[in-house]
Amino acid sequence: MKRTPTTFIVTSLLVMLFLYLPIVFLIGLSFNASTMGVAWKGFTFQWYEKLAMDQAILEATVNSVVIALVSTGLALILGVGTAIALETRQKTQQSWVNLILVLPLVIPEILLGVALLMVFVLCQVHLGFGTVIIGHMVFNLPLTIVIVRARLRKLDPAWADAACDLGATSWDVLTHITLPLLRPAIWGAALLGFTVSLDDFVVTFFVAGPGSTTLPLKVFSMIKTGMTPEINALSAIMVVVSMLCVGLSWFLQQRSTQVSAESSYQ
Amino acid sequence: MLNQRSDVSSAFPVKLSLLSTSLFLGLFFFLPLILVFGVSLASRGMYGGITWIPTWENYQRVFDPLVGVIFFRSLLLAGLTTFICAVLGFPLAYCLARVSRPWQLILLTLVMIPFWTNFLVRTYAWVLILRADGILNSLLIGLGLLDEPLSLLFTDLSVLVGLVYGYLPFMVLPLVVAIERISPQLEDAAFDLYASMGGMFRHVLLPLSAPGFLAGGVLVFIPSLGAFITPYLLGGGQNMMLGTFIQHEFLVARDWPFGSALSFGLMGTVLLLWFLLGRASVEKDPS
Repeated sequence: MKRTPTTFIVTSLLVMLFLYLPIVFLIGLSFNASTMGVAWKGFTFQWYEKLAMDQAILEATVNSVVIALVSTGLALILGVGTAIALETRQKTQQSWVNLILVLPLVIPEILLGVALLMVFVLCQVHLGFGTVIIGHMVFNLPLTIVIVRARLRKLDPAWADAACDLGATSWDVLTHITLPLLRPAIWGAALLGFTVSLDDFVVTFFVAGPGSTTLPLKVFSMIKTGMTPEINALSAIMVVVSMLCVGLSWFLQQRSTQVSAESSYQ
Repeated sequence: MLNQRSDVSSAFPVKLSLLSTSLFLGLFFFLPLILVFGVSLASRGMYGGITWIPTWENYQRVFDPLVGVIFFRSLLLAGLTTFICAVLGFPLAYCLARVSRPWQLILLTLVMIPFWTNFLVRTYAWVLILRADGILNSLLIGLGLLDEPLSLLFTDLSVLVGLVYGYLPFMVLPLVVAIERISPQLEDAAFDLYASMGGMFRHVLLPLSAPGFLAGGVLVFIPSLGAFITPYLLGGGQNMMLGTFIQHEFLVARDWPFGSALSFGLMGTVLLLWFLLGRASVEKDPS
């Protein structure tokens, strides 16, 4: 760090400000007593109180949490096993498996949204909780696999070797060695998947039905129908909740592994 | 070593989950994308449905000047976003790569948090900042720098700001990885040979960070090209990009075959870029 040019440090600070100032403004405005505009008219909790009494928002919150829990849970059940299965493949195969696996994470979400919508409508599947959960699993599952694999790669094979030498079956190794060692990564993946599902707008927008409105869909329709201070309060809550989950998840993943951005793109 | 690993993977639940995952992604990811291609070759029915008469017409319409403008704007905005992210991201990535261990983890977490935080809400924050009675205009008028509020929202510029804001972390992370691999001794060597700061930057840092720029560039360019929320909230109806146009064709105009042709065009671009990046990284780093 000693020779890092000052211009780099200054730019970095400005970029960090650029990343965080909008969020700070948003949270600040949610406590503003003014009903119109951004001029500061005093501190208030009233927008949060209004939110707590809004039946539609409470329903959307329940929907969002149920969908996030189910899609993350199913993604974990399938994803952890898949990650373990994939880790034993040949190296040359792996780079292509990697590319295929991250495809659902890198294609623009709108493609996933319209493609799923067409499949569901052409197969006459009723749009609702089921279709939203499937939509969220399409990105949650690869996300889980990528995160768990990153951790698997860092595990010392000696643990499993030792267990085998002592007569453990493959089932014993899995339940007593591999899974416990993977625990931080599994928690990290669960938290991140839960947040991504909770926050997803585009895919949900295309595959949700009338009864399965989630919080982001609710926020979107509130923005479209007119700016009210309640949106600021709701947005502030959503930002803070996802920041806490993501921060914790990222920390869990990074603490025990080498610093690398691999998990986000490889 | 290989032997005991294959032991774990031969456990029944492990095999079962690999099979289910393949089935799930095949059914709900690859099949839908293939269907998009199929529908893009079909005709639009009388009342907005699909008639299975094969035609190239949907692809010919992509070359319509009105559609061309949207394609061009999307490519231009995505390209500019990528460039600005690279310029802003490099200094930050350099600091992150060279800072000492505990700080690095904390700062990386700080860069990552906004990225995974609700995209819709973060874009909405920019609506609050940029609109006529928003934070920026109020501030500029309050300081006496402006008399009339500027119309900042619903311009190509506001979309650009939103895209850079949304995808900057995608550029920073690969750059951090690339810069960490450059030994600081190489920088010292350049200085020992009387390189100026700028010369060292141009001839050592930039070329060696190329893999980071490549990966980061693709990761920023792809979502920018297909962005929906940003052009919808910050661009309005006038400044459509591909994402908003596709949504319009599917949900408003109800022309699924044409919407599918647009989607397939976008998907083809994405797949090509991803394939090229994959080949480049497999060649560079056989591990």
